[in-house]
Amino acid sequence: MIAETGLAALWLAAGLAALQFVLMIAALRTETEVSRAMRSIAVLQGVLTLIAFAMLIIVFARSDMSVALVFENSNSAKPFIYKVAGAWGNHEGSMLMWVTILAVAGAFLGLLAHRTGERTLLAALGAQAVLALGFYAFLLFASNPFARMWPAPPDGQGLNPLLQDPGLAFHPPTLYLGYVGLSVAFSLAVGALLTGEVDSRLARAMRPWVLAAWILLTLGITAGSYWAYYELGWGGYWFWDPVENASLMPWLAATALLHSINVLAARGALKAWTMMLAVIAFSMSMVGTFLVRSGILTSVHAFAIDPQRGTFLLALLAIYVGAAFVLFAWRGAVLKEGAPFELVSRESGLVINNLILSVILGVVFVGTLYPLFVEAVSGEKLSVGAPYFNAVAGPLALLLAALVGIGPLLAWRRERRPVLKKLPIPALLGATALAITIILWPQMNMLPRVGFMIAAYLAAASLLPLIGRNPLRAPFATWGMVVAHFGIAVALLGMAANAAFTVERLAIAQPGDILSVGPWQVQLQSVVPTAGQNFTAVEAELRATRGGDIITLSPQTRYFSDPPTATNESAIRTFWNGQLYTVVGKQDVSGAWQLRLWWKPFVTLIWAGGALIALGGALALVGRRFRFSFFRRREKADWRRERYA
Amino acid sequence: MSRAVRFAPLALLLLVIVALVWRLATPADTDVHSTLEGKRVPAFALAAGLPSKPAFSSGDLATGRPHLVNVFASWCVPCVTEVKVLQTLKDSGVAVDGIAIRDSAPELADFLLRNGDPYERIGSDPRSQVQIALGSSGVPESFVVDGKGVIRYQHIGPIEQGDVPMILSKLEKAR
Amino acid sequence: MMLCSMALADSNLPPAYWSNRQLPDPKQEAQAQALMEQLRCLVCQGQSIADSDAELAGDMRDLVRRRIAAGEKPSAIRAWLVQRYGTWISYKPTAEPAAWPLWLAPLALLLVGAWLIRRRIRLKAR
Repeated sequence: MIAETGLAALWLAAGLAALQFVLMIAALRTETEVSRAMRSIAVLQGVLTLIAFAMLIIVFARSDMSVALVFENSNSAKPFIYKVAGAWGNHEGSMLMWVTILAVAGAFLGLLAHRTGERTLLAALGAQAVLALGFYAFLLFASNPFARMWPAPPDGQGLNPLLQDPGLAFHPPTLYLGYVGLSVAFSLAVGALLTGEVDSRLARAMRPWVLAAWILLTLGITAGSYWAYYELGWGGYWFWDPVENASLMPWLAATALLHSINVLAARGALKAWTMMLAVIAFSMSMVGTFLVRSGILTSVHAFAIDPQRGTFLLALLAIYVGAAFVLFAWRGAVLKEGAPFELVSRESGLVINNLILSVILGVVFVGTLYPLFVEAVSGEKLSVGAPYFNAVAGPLALLLAALVGIGPLLAWRRERRPVLKKLPIPALLGATALAITIILWPQMNMLPRVGFMIAAYLAAASLLPLIGRNPLRAPFATWGMVVAHFGIAVALLGMAANAAFTVERLAIAQPGDILSVGPWQVQLQSVVPTAGQNFTAVEAELRATRGGDIITLSPQTRYFSDPPTATNESAIRTFWNGQLYTVVGKQDVSGAWQLRLWWKPFVTLIWAGGALIALGGALALVGRRFRFSFFRRREKADWRRERYA
Repeated sequence: MSRAVRFAPLALLLLVIVALVWRLATPADTDVHSTLEGKRVPAFALAAGLPSKPAFSSGDLATGRPHLVNVFASWCVPCVTEVKVLQTLKDSGVAVDGIAIRDSAPELADFLLRNGDPYERIGSDPRSQVQIALGSSGVPESFVVDGKGVIRYQHIGPIEQGDVPMILSKLEKAR
Repeated sequence: MMLCSMALADSNLPPAYWSNRQLPDPKQEAQAQALMEQLRCLVCQGQSIADSDAELAGDMRDLVRRRIAAGEKPSAIRAWLVQRYGTWISYKPTAEPAAWPLWLAPLALLLVGAWLIRRRIRLKAR
């Protein structure tokens, strides 16, 4: 009954989406007064899909094996949290989550958007409905999450053990909120292109949506990186895997969009760039979902291969992105740009920022799809992986990070003051960092060395917008910018430290053996069998000492039966200056155990930086909504005051 | 904005869609094929996998007679049914040699006892060295090697009953 | 979700000697590590052999370490493997013509981007 309720809610929502589309056409053509109806229908659609999603969670929570999806992906022995999170740990369930967020975003657009022109808003709501319609169709006709099976089997096939982790509860929902949140920007851009109302007002309306989606995407990617780091057992945090790239590309587009919106909001310029970026950001989200679910690229993340689903998704992609690009080509001519920007100005800085971000996006896109192109053209199979992406995206990102220190110091229109005079301290810090690395670690690789230099410089430079004024009077939006840019420096520092200073120790040890890794002496005390709710395991007890500190770590290898797999559970201990990362592997012929130990100085800064970047975005989001600073009271939005952010 | 710039994104999208359609229509072959087809077998010398069998080295493949080299293991599940097909081939006069990957003598003996023994020689490859040298990426795989020691054909996966005629014809061509 | 799992048709033999031990010479170990991160695992095809739990990856790590210890250059070992498996096995695109567009792409993108924004920034002083 519950499953059927969910399915019915989904059908109703799809019907409403179709209605919304029809109403949009009516509103745009005949100026009918449908505004209130459109908004209400959008809200109702959101509510219905939420009901559908809730129903799915309920059948998973109850381990209702008569629902095929539950049988295939769950098991009554699983801990409760993984029963629930398992609802979206599979293709159909995560697709339902995708559609739910799409509909709920549309609902919020209908509820909250007041700054947009009415016609543009209606067009946007219609566009959002059209987006939803295709995915409803996909769900209802090709990926029904509520399909039943009779007779109901006694128990299910279980959830992949690698997914039985708190990360599953957090990473996909956050990521999807980000991905799909960008659909609002897409719809607003499409709406504005249709009505021709591409101006600063639109930018200010779009901004909170883009910010919110971008913040969640940043958090989702950061969380995913940390999850992979501790789960996969080899200490890596980014693999340039096609699915990882598929999450990075919308983020790059959204970052560029965020900055471009500021120019459109402040100066009414960069109309074409901003609209195109808004379209590209969500297009990249759709490309990502296609890549993950079609199985055309080999990835550790991919869902089960199903070319039929892939074809459906490709058709949706072609229709939606194609229509948006056609709209852009047709209406692009009405996007008149104003006078060129002065070379030394905030606008120019943001244009160059956009340029570099777009180039990085392009490089990641090309690298990810290149093996496919080559095989199509010549039949040759080649691989593109970390060596390529690090070599190309790395230097570009470092260049961008260097420019990030300067951009926020530039004034709008024209920067007359000698800005570079503000930079001696950051520059000095950078040079000092460089000198220190050269003197103390002459054999360090070039990329981490430059990373250290730029991290030191940027950490100082990012704080400059607050210097020379009362920082407590600065708007939250400025604080947001400072914190986010500082976060970049922190993350960069973490990456450089990880690359330059990680100490690895792989060995085969008998109980009693002591291995040294970095400043630590690690002794294997024992390896004992143990068990959990749905697994058996071997657990190594390690005693690690450093100077006066003594700690114990217990890494495990877990063996599951439904489905039969083994996972590493690394034991990690975090200190102020790094992480001790330990893994126990297989037994040797002599009965000794394989141990993998890493001392990773300052590696946590990578994810701390990511969190800071997201925090900066949150500050900006709150600040713009309420125009807070610490002492100023709530004021009406006044765009003429936008000098600093 | 010039017309070229306005339509460029659409053109690029078209290119990408075409490539993706192609990929969906011709699914990727996830097998990694050896590039040594047409080349001489690399030199190797493996100890005998079982005391009752002779050792296996690359010299044994250049005696003028074509061979079927089967890369297998006692722990490999599809190999169990493949052994019966290899027996059919052996009965047709094919010289079948085996390379046992990551295996031990007692388990090999047990495997052959339970499933049959079509092998003339079995070489023991405990560290997959010769497997890697041949460009093989898993078990089971088979190589048709001609009388001069040149690899003529690589068969990835178990040889099934339906593949027998094809294998026989490859061996014929390799005379 | 499809993820490469450890229990994929495993043999009963323990890992090869050098698949999970570091070479005694740190310079050689660093060389070996760098090479292993560039070689693609044949079983778990989304990972390098440095990060893979598959047995064949372990045997390939053993092979790489033995050869580096014997003095062979990483580029020679990579070439030897490419000779047997094709360019697929190297994550680092080689210098062959098929890979040139990859290296030209960033430059081309920068130039195209710069051309697109040429009118947005006034380069001459007023």
